[in-house]
Amino acid sequence: MIQIQGVHKSFGALKILKGIDLEVNKGEVVSIIGGSGSGKSTLLYCINGIEDIQKGRVLVDGVDVHDKSTNLNKLRQEIGMVFQQWNSFPHLTVLENVSLAPRVVLGKNKKEAQELAKHHLQHVGLGDKFDVFPTQMSGGQQQRLAIARTLAMNPNYMLLDEITSALDPELVGEVLDTLRLLRDEGMTMICVTHEMAFAKEVSDQIAFVEEGIIEEIGEAKQVIENPSNEKTKRFLSKVL
Amino acid sequence: MSLFTPLSWNDTGFILTGILNTIYISVLAISVGTVLGLMIGFIRSVSTQSINFVLGSILDVLRIVPLIIQLILFSTFVGIMGHPLPPFASGSIILSLYTMAFMTEVFRAGFDNVSKSMGIAARSLGMTYWQSMRYIVLPIGMKSVFPSWMGVALSVIKDSALVSVIGYMELLRTSEQLITRTQQPLEILLGVGLFYFIISYPLSTFGRYMEKKMAI
Repeated sequence: MIQIQGVHKSFGALKILKGIDLEVNKGEVVSIIGGSGSGKSTLLYCINGIEDIQKGRVLVDGVDVHDKSTNLNKLRQEIGMVFQQWNSFPHLTVLENVSLAPRVVLGKNKKEAQELAKHHLQHVGLGDKFDVFPTQMSGGQQQRLAIARTLAMNPNYMLLDEITSALDPELVGEVLDTLRLLRDEGMTMICVTHEMAFAKEVSDQIAFVEEGIIEEIGEAKQVIENPSNEKTKRFLSKVL
Repeated sequence: MSLFTPLSWNDTGFILTGILNTIYISVLAISVGTVLGLMIGFIRSVSTQSINFVLGSILDVLRIVPLIIQLILFSTFVGIMGHPLPPFASGSIILSLYTMAFMTEVFRAGFDNVSKSMGIAARSLGMTYWQSMRYIVLPIGMKSVFPSWMGVALSVIKDSALVSVIGYMELLRTSEQLITRTQQPLEILLGVGLFYFIISYPLSTFGRYMEKKMAI
């Protein structure tokens, strides 16, 4: 379970998050929506400790992410993250992209790591791309590679940072299909997304963030179709 | 017996020594310069402005002052201080530092070329800082600057000729002595030029091959 309690985050004088409270239970899918610059992505980066926070705390299975004594490298093995710009490693083949972390972080031997990588690549539909370099693939394929790379660490949680925003429209579908698959397998996910229809379809809860505050949170269908907060209504009327 | 004797096969050993000494000091300077340049390049890419200013100024001196002046100044200076060094030692120290100064900028660019998000992606998989450096940032960055590294390495081979001024018996000094004896400057300098070409050309070809191989 991920518990975000009164989190404040600023970059210098610029306040990004102004007191965020959010709970995500095991097996739940929560989508975070909101305009750009609202602090959605920053919130994700605070959950796996890539960003520090100024106030409040983030607990992952009871472990305080920002406590000095927390082993972040260990904790991050539990929390997978997929990025908007996919960040595939250009100097490694697809298979090496996925098998590297299991090998150097989890200490698996080369063969084990490759078997694991093959399994996850097949899972996301890249079973025929093992020896290809990422730059020879489409954005959608690279994003699925990034998902497989994360899954190979066998995380309990997945943080997805606008993972379809940088894709050509015709490639969005294949990535969303992969996410549907993960949801059906019971993966706990926090998605920052601009895909409202998708958010409504896959999420248990949707949180609307504006200026560093969760203005509205509720059951997915309700938030999209029948928002109670004026700001949510205004935002949705612009994007829908 | 005449004062000048023409070039003969007996000179082969002498010339060969010159060639080997040129290769020797070049390989040494390139190796030391690469290792030091990699370390200082890394420090430069992660340091604050003030540390960079100090480091940058020192490196600028090494890069801007002509190598021949550095060589003469250094070997004269250690002599005056009462610790004269053999030409090879002075030559290797200065040529290595000179190479280091250029390599530092090459590697610094390499580190800076890798977007921060690559490192973040590696860290998000649970890698430690040094693992993310070792497996992700370093290989990507080094690949991007390989052509510049090759350029510096090739120019060091040519620049090693200047070490002759402090008396190191490398290819150019060998040939100068032969010219004095034989009075055949044209043949000898042509031959020496050819040797620099023979040493450098395979390297530059190898560099182009590697570049092509790495450009995926």
